[in-house]
Amino acid sequence: METPPSFTLPFIIGLLVIISFLIVVSTIWIVGLSKTDKIRIIKGFPSQKTLGAVRETFTEALLHRKIFRKNPRLGYMHMSLAFGWFLLIVAGHLEAIVHYRTLAFPFWKSIFFRFAEQAPATGFTARFFAAVTDFLLLFILSGVVLAYYKRFNSRLFGMKKTTQMKAGDKIALAALWLIFPLRLAAESITAGLHHNGSFLTQPAGNLLASAFPLQPVEETVWWAYSVSLGVFFTAMPLSRYMHIPVEVLLIFLRKYGIRLKKGVNTYTRIQVFSCSRCGICLDSCQMNQANIRNSQSVYVLKQIRGRRLKDDQLFNCLLCGRCQKDCPVGLDLNDLRITQRIASTREYNSSYDYLKNGPSPRTEVIYFAGCMTHLTPGIKKSMQQLLNYAGVNFWFMDEQKAPCCGRPLIQVGQYEAAKKLIRNNTEKILLSGAKTLVVSCPICYKVFREDYTLPGVTVMHHSQYLLELVNQGRLPVFSLPGKAVYHDPCELGRGSGIYNQPRELLGNYISLIKTPHEKENAFCCGGSLSNTRITMEERDQIRDKVLEEFQSFHPDHLVTACPLCKKTFTKGTDIRAYDLAEIVWKGVSHSKTIPKRSSLPEAAIPLGLQPGKPSGISIPSLP
Amino acid sequence: MNTFGYKIMSPRTIDFDQFDGRLLNEILEKEPSFRTCLSCGGCTATCNAGTLIDFNVRKLNLLLRRGEIVSLAREIDKCMLCGKCMLVCPRGINLRNVIMLLKKGACRLSECKGQTGVDTL
Repeated sequence: METPPSFTLPFIIGLLVIISFLIVVSTIWIVGLSKTDKIRIIKGFPSQKTLGAVRETFTEALLHRKIFRKNPRLGYMHMSLAFGWFLLIVAGHLEAIVHYRTLAFPFWKSIFFRFAEQAPATGFTARFFAAVTDFLLLFILSGVVLAYYKRFNSRLFGMKKTTQMKAGDKIALAALWLIFPLRLAAESITAGLHHNGSFLTQPAGNLLASAFPLQPVEETVWWAYSVSLGVFFTAMPLSRYMHIPVEVLLIFLRKYGIRLKKGVNTYTRIQVFSCSRCGICLDSCQMNQANIRNSQSVYVLKQIRGRRLKDDQLFNCLLCGRCQKDCPVGLDLNDLRITQRIASTREYNSSYDYLKNGPSPRTEVIYFAGCMTHLTPGIKKSMQQLLNYAGVNFWFMDEQKAPCCGRPLIQVGQYEAAKKLIRNNTEKILLSGAKTLVVSCPICYKVFREDYTLPGVTVMHHSQYLLELVNQGRLPVFSLPGKAVYHDPCELGRGSGIYNQPRELLGNYISLIKTPHEKENAFCCGGSLSNTRITMEERDQIRDKVLEEFQSFHPDHLVTACPLCKKTFTKGTDIRAYDLAEIVWKGVSHSKTIPKRSSLPEAAIPLGLQPGKPSGISIPSLP
Repeated sequence: MNTFGYKIMSPRTIDFDQFDGRLLNEILEKEPSFRTCLSCGGCTATCNAGTLIDFNVRKLNLLLRRGEIVSLAREIDKCMLCGKCMLVCPRGINLRNVIMLLKKGACRLSECKGQTGVDTL
């Protein structure tokens, strides 16, 4: 066999390093997955899921479709580097296969083809391939130029901030930036000497040949090209560029149905290594408003990867999910953080052995207001009045005393403790024989839907339930004066995917103003219980910025569907903040005269209220 | 200890010579807003766990300042972290952080192992 020229050595060493590293880590990661997850892989492999994963690898890992949607220039930069390089490798191999008319040619020859075959291209096929590789090189170089430019002016790419890098990143980045200019230089010099270039390298080579003698520098430049490749591959395991191979693994595993559990396992490592530290999450983070700049997802993932995560960073996050929605790799950023919090607080979960099983009256519908609703009694009252009006026979489960739903505990990682509350509440709900559980608080809604096992019980947020009552004609509709902005609560919108029912319900009572900050682009109010580190002043800064955005649309009211959002907004604005239940009750009470309590059917009187006792119902007036 | 001739029931005695201020200092450093507590009791009045069992959030401050870490750890275990206390606090004290820091600190000082962190105290 022909010995490769000595300059190919750095490239070959680098390639061996990265390939063996990848084989070792992916074996460790896959072996470390749970048994069920391994079965998922084995079952998923021969199915259509593999095809789906291949398609997603193409659209996301190569074409970067999600980044294109965010900002076309940024997308082009990533696509030219990823897709262009991929095509260049493929074209280089095809060129070598066609040239040698065999698959068994020395591997290095396809990478350093212009050096290996110095005869000028003759015939259509050879000239075609030379032109294609030149075009692809030009395509990649355009991306590299953009990348240089982005370092100095990231705003051009729709990004206010870029991530801070560590040493490994800088070495790999420098090598990556040099690879393609050096390839251009090396191929041009060879073209200048041997006339084997095409439309890009040949004129460049001729130009260089007229400037200085090329013979003495030719091999040096090929050496430099090979070294830059070798350095890039060797630095890859230490740098953010590990996302290139690991993201492909992640896409396949995700397609096979592997998800994060309530604990740290090797899937966490795969997710963390897939983070490209592109910094798109930095811009979506509202913590910037409070000048908190070190706890964003990209930095937390970096610390998890380096096993250096501190509580101050981990707990300083609202878990609003805005970064997760924008993440081009589709990482489960909220769950990644919660699993780390579970690991961080594992040693001191409460036992709550004082919890007792209280009496559960038989009922069809349970109303669970939630702790936050008890702090905003307007919502609670409106709900009671609406349910009474519609003649719903309900049990107000936490009217006097009941444990919390458990979600605030899960948000700070106390999962084992939360399970105790979940068990107690579950027993009470199931014992009552209820078919529907109505909750007023999106925080409760999320946990009831995701972490409770309630066979035969439909969990509904009050926006869904009230809409159902309106659609059944049990609540009258009425147009209230004024315009309102609807604020999507994080846990209801991005957290549970409920965007349309609250809007449909509110549409019956008030006209809504459309804003760009709605649905998945909604803000967090700043009051989130997920952040234990943020101070009240910092929360106020976040809230004030949100209110400023809303006020630019001149709404008469601010409507939300979460007691905590309502409470947060109330403290910061002259515009009154309402929960949608309050708006609906206003509408209902204006539409007709309220029937007297005695004319209501007996079943409509909630179990918590004793008949005959004044219930304090009054018709609220509009501001 | 000099009792100045008075009789003091020993179980009710707090010996400030043996005052354990480790946890207190840690909390005051990490959550400075806790210094501003004026013991109004709003937190206790709104407390969700307080409706189910005898649990007094305001008392945590007292226990902490007396350095009674064992009783403190037992008390703190009752909290459900719902956050109502934090929202009613007139001084804007970040109480959920205080509770989490107390749990962690009490656990560390008692070298807790296992789920609850209190059984081993």
